[in-house]
Amino acid sequence: MPTELRVLDDGAWVSVDNERRVPTSDVWRFAATDFCACATAFVLLEAFTDVGVQGCEVTVDGVGRCVDCGEKHAFSGLGVGRVLEGSFRPYPPDGVRAGSEPTV
Amino acid sequence: MATDVEEWKAEVYGTDIREHVERFAEEGWASIPDEERDAWFERFKWYGLYHQRAGQESYFMMRIGTPGGVLEPGQLRVVGEVAKEYATGPVSNPEFGDAWADFTTRQSIQLHWIKVEDIVDVWDELESAGLSTVQACGDSWRNIVSCPVAGKDANEHVDALATVHEFQREFKENDRYRNMPRKWKVAVTGCREGCGQGDINDLAFEPASKDGVDGYNVRVGGGLARNEPRLARDIDVFVPHERAAAVADGMSALFEEYGNREDRYSARIKFLVDEWGAEKVRRVLEEEFVDFELQSAGEGFRESYSYNAGRDGDGHDDHVGVHSQADGTNYVGLNVLVGRMGVDDVLELADLADEYGSGEVRLTQRQNVVVTDVPDEDLDDLLAADLLDDYEPDPSPFMRGSIACTGTEFCSLSIVETKNRMVRYARHLRDTVSLPDEVEDFHVHLSGCTASCAQPQIADVSLRGMKTRKDGEPVEAFDLGLGGGLGENPRFADWVGERIPADEVPGAIANLVETYEREREGAETFRDFVERHDESDLEDLVEPEETSYEDPMMHNTKRTWYPYAEDDDMAASPAPTDGDGVPLDAATGDDSAPADD
Repeated sequence: MPTELRVLDDGAWVSVDNERRVPTSDVWRFAATDFCACATAFVLLEAFTDVGVQGCEVTVDGVGRCVDCGEKHAFSGLGVGRVLEGSFRPYPPDGVRAGSEPTV
Repeated sequence: MATDVEEWKAEVYGTDIREHVERFAEEGWASIPDEERDAWFERFKWYGLYHQRAGQESYFMMRIGTPGGVLEPGQLRVVGEVAKEYATGPVSNPEFGDAWADFTTRQSIQLHWIKVEDIVDVWDELESAGLSTVQACGDSWRNIVSCPVAGKDANEHVDALATVHEFQREFKENDRYRNMPRKWKVAVTGCREGCGQGDINDLAFEPASKDGVDGYNVRVGGGLARNEPRLARDIDVFVPHERAAAVADGMSALFEEYGNREDRYSARIKFLVDEWGAEKVRRVLEEEFVDFELQSAGEGFRESYSYNAGRDGDGHDDHVGVHSQADGTNYVGLNVLVGRMGVDDVLELADLADEYGSGEVRLTQRQNVVVTDVPDEDLDDLLAADLLDDYEPDPSPFMRGSIACTGTEFCSLSIVETKNRMVRYARHLRDTVSLPDEVEDFHVHLSGCTASCAQPQIADVSLRGMKTRKDGEPVEAFDLGLGGGLGENPRFADWVGERIPADEVPGAIANLVETYEREREGAETFRDFVERHDESDLEDLVEPEETSYEDPMMHNTKRTWYPYAEDDDMAASPAPTDGDGVPLDAATGDDSAPADD
């Protein structure tokens, strides 16, 4: 059965198969993306605007702010987890994942 | 392309939802099909039910709409009884105990920890007292706000309550507008002080006269959410009382027809007013949605608006304290810190209202309560009641001015913990910071996110949930704004302090107050003082620092199942539970996946 993905409640969370699996409010680390001038950007995800898939990875578009320098950007394609054998496995926000960082 | 929400609404919405809720209540939480939960929980909102955040599955927030904030005699007692029986969660809140009622900035009441199995019983009890949860959330005609002392105030221009009741009958007690593109917030003001806060509503009726006829001027497209605050725009329309409902009907139909259904982020009518301009809104309303010629705006009272204005003057900034009613009795406004009252206190307040007033209690947009119809001879006894030690009619300005939204305790949208933190802030400021003696009002509005449920942009000090890093670790924080307020010249706060760690906010406020006291000119209010400075100066005035204030909720409270539980880890959550509160599924292990596995 295909995985159902959607953004709900004013972009507050991502629903995966009718469960709230990825919330805003977490601080994610971006090391490979030029989100701001910080070497590693610690980005508060403020709102999601879209959710999609790339291969088995679930990706989100949204708006975030670096909690160190204050730079705010829209981003797209942030990997937030994988669907493995039909079930969603979220990434922890505090890992550095060069391969699944978004474009800004 | 239609959004999922629009598709769900097209299938089942409005009063058709009720029979499904009744079925789920009878058959239990597990009967809600897994693959339909997003759809059902979106629909439930129309009936005032909001699924609590992740970690609290199977529990709901229930919102009760009280038109104009009026709780008729007997209704508050039922709210207290219902809260005591059904709104008790798995663990206590350290400040508020096992159960409570939240009084909101839209004069509504919110109960938490309601189980789906209990919803119908709760509805039965509420409805037997004339209370309703219909259209309290979702894409609907939300609770109609008004002057909380409409019909009682000795100085009001018109009694807005008659209009509120007419709107209630026409638009709330049916599903005539079952398919609005987005929420629809309506304010009716009848006083000369602006207590309805029409400027921040989608549709505002403001007191006015024209050619000797009393009625309302109409404004459209106000709102605070999503970092896109707007003041309602003047569409140059005066409407006499008897035609107010026709104009409300026409504006609702206009929004229903032309509101954006493709993008929920841009669906509120404020964006349509941005796009069209006030003149086109007026023209389309007249040409397509009313069958009479609209009159141009009448003479209003905006120059005397004092509510939540932060100015020096005779008018009310709020309704706290003892005030005369037109009929010779009095109303007594009691401060409810952050709008939350424990159930035993709710029931005691109902007793006091019965004993010393008419039994009626009203709710204000500043999250406070008003006991009405108190004769002069009973005032002293009411004021001497023990309950008023905690819900004071003459509180410290910091206690009186504090407003907070629900926050991460229950809300999916919030970034930070709010209510308990605001309680701690207010008490700390009361105990350690002094304002000039004559300053009675100092408004601090704390909102957990940009949804702005605590109306942060219209306060002396505006706080909006954020994160920062402290000692290398992400911590809860706030952006700080200054200069907001309503009144004759309403304006929104400028966000002059960013990402202040939550434990340094009281220090920042203390330093602001100290500068204000030292540098104010004459009897200048804080808002006047702020307006005398430019943004760069104000940024320099915000000096966060640690003080004796301690904050136990600096960690990521959204990632707890309940921030105040002894074991707050998500895995320790008892949810979802059955109707008796027994966990349904203990198998909630860590299923996270590192990206590189």
